[in-house]
Amino acid sequence: MLQISARYLDQTTILDVSGDIDLASSPELRKALLRELRELRIPRVVLNLKAVKYVDSSGVASLVEALKASRDLGSRLILFGLNSAVREVLQLSKLLKIFEIAETEEQAVAP
Amino acid sequence: MSRGSLLLKVELRSNPETLCIVRNALGQLAQTFGFSETDCRAVVLAVDEALTNIIRHAYQGKPEQPIEVSFRRIQAARDGVLKPALEIVVEDRGAAVDTTKLCGRPLDDVRSGGLGLHFMRESMDAVEFRRRWHRNQLRMVKLLHGAQPEKGS
Repeated sequence: MLQISARYLDQTTILDVSGDIDLASSPELRKALLRELRELRIPRVVLNLKAVKYVDSSGVASLVEALKASRDLGSRLILFGLNSAVREVLQLSKLLKIFEIAETEEQAVAP
Repeated sequence: MSRGSLLLKVELRSNPETLCIVRNALGQLAQTFGFSETDCRAVVLAVDEALTNIIRHAYQGKPEQPIEVSFRRIQAARDGVLKPALEIVVEDRGAAVDTTKLCGRPLDDVRSGGLGLHFMRESMDAVEFRRRWHRNQLRMVKLLHGAQPEKGS
């Protein structure tokens, strides 16, 4: 089961995600990301994936859609906390390099 | 030709909520089979993507439709040498798969979707589709790397 909670800093939203991102749960992630980017117009959205054990192609598709939305709006989408499973899937998709990836939360929210 | 020894056969419905149950069971099976941690994840990803494609495309999101998955231990040839391998066959009764369109997509084309088949092909040693008796049948094979090989005849 996917759980998403939001923390709000100055001009930044951190979304803490835990669980598996798959066909059943990726619409929830997509909705949460697009809400921050399109509706709330947050300039920087940080996705904490430390507690994500699995991501499939529908999850990658949600991330790509959010990335495109952020580019269209001139905002930033930053991922951090990628474990081996998530990193492998992004590498397999050859999309790892298109995302802005930070090693730590401090790096992700640094001015 | 021997069909190998059946390890597990699962009948499930085309409900996305069942995917995590299959992943957990398959992860255990792959680990017991002797795959490395990375290969376990590859097998789980390939099967999950296969089921996702069936739910989304063959059954077009319609729930409660039947899917069968069987797992067999087989011997598969690689460079003239027989190696132990895991054979996974996934069957559904949905719309026929147009095999001419199963070519994946250029990965430098940054867009959503179309990754599932690419993930399956990258994760497994063999991926084959066919239509039999009004069913789509997907056969995937993953070789057990590092296992003691047997000489092929």
